[in-house]
Amino acid sequence: MMQRYDFELISSWIPERSRVLDLGCGDGVLLAGLAATRGVRGYGIEIDADNVLASVAHGVNVIQSDLEEGLAAFGDDTFDFVILSQTLQAMRNAENVLTEMLRVGREGIVTFPNFGYWRHRLDIAGGHMPVSRTLPHAWWNTPNIHLCTVKDFEDLCRKVGAEILDERVIHEGRTVRVLPNLLGSLGVFRFRTR
Amino acid sequence: MGNIDPRSVGAVVPQRAGFLEPLILKAGKTLASYELVYETYGTLNAERSNAVLVCHALSGSHHVAGWYAEDPDKVGWWDNLIGPGKPIDTERFFVIGVNNIGGCHGSTGPGSVDRATGHPYGAAFPVVTVEDWVVSQARLMDRLGIARLAAAIGGSLGGMQALQWTLSFPDRIAHALVIAAASRLSTQNIAFNDVARQAIVSDPDFHGGNFYAHNAIPARGLKLARMLGHITYLSDDLLTEKFGRVLKRTEYGFNYDVEFEIESYLRYQGDKFAQVFDANTYLLMTKALDYFDPAKETGGDLARALAAAKAGFFVASFASDWRFPPVRSREMVRALVASNKDVTYAEIDAPHGHDAFLLDNPHYHRLVAAYMDNVAEHVGAGKRETPLALAATELAEMSGYAAQREGS
Repeated sequence: MMQRYDFELISSWIPERSRVLDLGCGDGVLLAGLAATRGVRGYGIEIDADNVLASVAHGVNVIQSDLEEGLAAFGDDTFDFVILSQTLQAMRNAENVLTEMLRVGREGIVTFPNFGYWRHRLDIAGGHMPVSRTLPHAWWNTPNIHLCTVKDFEDLCRKVGAEILDERVIHEGRTVRVLPNLLGSLGVFRFRTR
Repeated sequence: MGNIDPRSVGAVVPQRAGFLEPLILKAGKTLASYELVYETYGTLNAERSNAVLVCHALSGSHHVAGWYAEDPDKVGWWDNLIGPGKPIDTERFFVIGVNNIGGCHGSTGPGSVDRATGHPYGAAFPVVTVEDWVVSQARLMDRLGIARLAAAIGGSLGGMQALQWTLSFPDRIAHALVIAAASRLSTQNIAFNDVARQAIVSDPDFHGGNFYAHNAIPARGLKLARMLGHITYLSDDLLTEKFGRVLKRTEYGFNYDVEFEIESYLRYQGDKFAQVFDANTYLLMTKALDYFDPAKETGGDLARALAAAKAGFFVASFASDWRFPPVRSREMVRALVASNKDVTYAEIDAPHGHDAFLLDNPHYHRLVAAYMDNVAEHVGAGKRETPLALAATELAEMSGYAAQREGS
């Protein structure tokens, strides 16, 4: 499995005993880690059957559901944090998901592959859709239908009325400070309702 | 064939427990005394923390796993799930199966002799609810020295009992596995149940419920009830796949005899059931289903109704189940989440319909195993020693039919 450089950063933002919703929780390791190290309580939403099984095996509360439908099951301000880790780009209606995150949680954390990363730009310049560590699929079988750059995501936050609290672009575990939208491969945003 | 399964709990012996303390029923009536028949598998640990109660559905019994020395073919109805190395691992858990009051497999029910009259209760047997069953089960746990269950598990009506345990005795249950169930029946479900009941009570052999005195059984009514029920427990796709439009003969007979394979199958199932099941029990079980509705006392607010629970929940549904469809389970999950409970929910892709909860499905069984491993950890029941074994047979329910066809 791909190493999740964003998990460490996300974990550092979440205070002990927070209530967390992890959208597209995969095998549940982020929630399991947060529960073990920070006493965090929460739920994961996951659609893939094998991932649901893996999440159960990791001892997390996992709810098998379509993400957008799953979000609708939660009341307003149910959670301290709602996490969407490397999943936004696969959402049918990314804007609606962001709005829903702000409804059910006090704060949202979103991570996504930065389409503006220089290698991706180079691939495009060379005449091809990018394939990289963060975007491992070919164009014809990718689940990633809504790719964006770091700047694009900033625009969406403005549009849905989200105040950005923290914004990092990382590459292989390190925060990129110089030309982040060009040199960073993974955008990590923390935001709340303005 | 249970005796050749190395992962069977083996030969088991039912036990009986008599209770002289009256049971005050939700209906307002009192059962002065009663007996429960039950089976246990595995060993209760020193801390008495590893007990798992299995609650049965409409036609189930206390015979959940293993087989009988005198009848090796009589394998428990959830044997594929329970045994050494199986998802509910009897090397770590002490598993209890109990026949509910009002049943017809040995516990006090409508066919039992009422000590006050010396005759079978018949129509005089009171209507028993899910809540009443849970109280009677808790008394059996008292008798067995079990203060707190590691888990209660059940499918369908059994799932309702597991759920009710968390509400009636929140401090006496650590986990509930609620499978292919609902927090209340839909209108359509109640409608199906009433057709089944009407089939029974309109059979002339029913004698107002006192057929025992007439040496009769309302077999025609019970058969129809079962045929109807059976259709609803299976998916349309499965019936099509198994029977299609296949005829017993090559051409249409242009009469009203049995022609299609599905007719033959259903009649066989109905006949078989009518020989062994009690008509009054069928009525009682369907009523218990209809009445169950914990949110009735909170004005329909299920989240508030479930607020009392302290257990962790494993909820599962099957995509092709149209009798207890996934939407009913999602309702429960939504309410459990709203009242801040620990809950895991799996929507299992199985083609069999409602009966899927009884059948072999590796993914389903792996999920139960993974959840029960967590339960074991929480209650100090230890780690799995025998690697997880998943049963290989498919559609056990159908095998009886195959045998019958081969024999005819």
